[in-house]
Amino acid sequence: MTSIQSTARKRSTPTRPGDRIFRGTSVAAALTILATLAGVALFLTVEGIPGVLASPDEVKHGTTFIDYVVPLVFGTLLAAVLALAMAIPVAIGVALYISHYAPRRLAATLGYVIDLLAAVPSVVYGVWGISFLATALVPVYGWLERTLGFIPLFAGPASATGRTILTASIVLAVMVLPVITALCREIFLQTPRLHEEAALALGATRWEMAKLAIFPYARSGIISASMLGLGRALGETMAVAMVLSASGVITVNLISSTNPSTIAANIALTFNEATGLTVNALIASGLVLFLLTFLVNFAARAIVERRKDFSGAN
Amino acid sequence: MAKSIDVSDLNIYYGDFLAVEGVTIPVAARSVTAFIGPSGCGKSTFLRSLNRMHEVIRGARVDGKVLVDGQDLYADDMDPVNVRRMIGMVFQRPNPFPTMSIAENVLAGQKLNSKRMKKSEADDIVERSLRSAGLWNEVKDRLDRPGSGLSGGQQQRLCIARAIATQPEVLLMDEPCSALDPISTSVIEDLIHELKKDYTIVIVTHNMQQAARVSDTTAFFNLAGVGQPGRLIEHGPTEKMFSNPEDPATEAYIQGRFG
Repeated sequence: MTSIQSTARKRSTPTRPGDRIFRGTSVAAALTILATLAGVALFLTVEGIPGVLASPDEVKHGTTFIDYVVPLVFGTLLAAVLALAMAIPVAIGVALYISHYAPRRLAATLGYVIDLLAAVPSVVYGVWGISFLATALVPVYGWLERTLGFIPLFAGPASATGRTILTASIVLAVMVLPVITALCREIFLQTPRLHEEAALALGATRWEMAKLAIFPYARSGIISASMLGLGRALGETMAVAMVLSASGVITVNLISSTNPSTIAANIALTFNEATGLTVNALIASGLVLFLLTFLVNFAARAIVERRKDFSGAN
Repeated sequence: MAKSIDVSDLNIYYGDFLAVEGVTIPVAARSVTAFIGPSGCGKSTFLRSLNRMHEVIRGARVDGKVLVDGQDLYADDMDPVNVRRMIGMVFQRPNPFPTMSIAENVLAGQKLNSKRMKKSEADDIVERSLRSAGLWNEVKDRLDRPGSGLSGGQQQRLCIARAIATQPEVLLMDEPCSALDPISTSVIEDLIHELKKDYTIVIVTHNMQQAARVSDTTAFFNLAGVGQPGRLIEHGPTEKMFSNPEDPATEAYIQGRFG
């Protein structure tokens, strides 16, 4: 009896109840995430397949699923990419100003204001987009059409309401700005002092120091921050649904009154009135959005991974 | 290339705090000057004031004059960026840019100074600088690999190569061997002997033997007490400083009787 006990004691290292409880809860938390994700993916697939296979006369939109979803994917990507193109440079500029240029007190205030932007609910952005931004942009679009109309992006005819994909993108840009800025600021602040001094000692100006020491160090962080922003821009529903006057076309004309819709906004706008297989088609479009977001994150990881040797983490 | 430095009555402040007081010292061209002294005596601060790197800290300022071949580094129309392009610096810990290859690291300063460079010209500069830093034979086959993959001693020599690639007038070294093993240290000390032919070198060190080995002139810094500013106690030819110093504090420090 005693010998059995002693061998048993040798084999298993003693565990404390606290350790076991903590381990249990963290494993449970990790599994919950996986289970939720799997559940959502499963639901989308099972419910979506009939929608994908439905013939044009069975659904309200009256086309095959591919014809239905392609313009939506296009609109989603267009709005998100435009939003990022506007938001990333501004976010990096603001973050750099806060981390390396601004006097300490101003930097703190500015940081709070940026964080506050993230706390505004998206429906409020939607209201702002419709009632202020869209109206304010009407003359700008008119001017763009007259002066830059030869570029397909601004071919016009300019929308009279201003509720175009460009307006929606600007609203999205404002919404993703705080996320990207806050992350970039944190990363910029972590730049090793040694590298900054190395650059300055070579005779770098502040901007050159940023290019030599800060940006290379922060590169993967900037990409991750942008991808988080992109994730939000792709999935944002309310603001786009409110601002955009959509008609399900594929066009790169950013300022006209016929605009491609986005997947999320389209689901929000049509789900209530949808029945039968139309609902399944909408769910399938949700699956497409899910995959799109997944791909984006995957691509971001690949980019970060590619130059790992040079990342400064070693 | 290789200019002399003349410092007169230099006070260095951080805000209202006087960190270093009344330093007057000449530094001859093409010589090695070592600064020794206990921690916190202001020798690093003083070294940094020679290329205005101490200004990186908010509120730092100086009174007095630092003349490099008669040109005042603190004149009103003097841009600190230009000062630093003229006076290179090597830091305590090796700090190659981790995202750049070995060759890009060497050329980092060059790229700031001039906009465009031919490929052949760039290759020449990389080879010449790495040869001067005694690193060429070790890295010539992997110039496109990251500099952070080298050993500590190699990284420090890479930093020296980076600093001399722009052919500065003066090279400042802030305890360049304190993070290195004895063998790497001796390689760098040999290198300092070589570099002395072309550059004016000022080195801060905690290692008295190192000061005795590498320098022509030694300057001893000390502080009167906690919260007091650091001062230059005495300076002179290294042999004399180590055999027959004038100030009893210098003698005590050199012989290891305090610190």
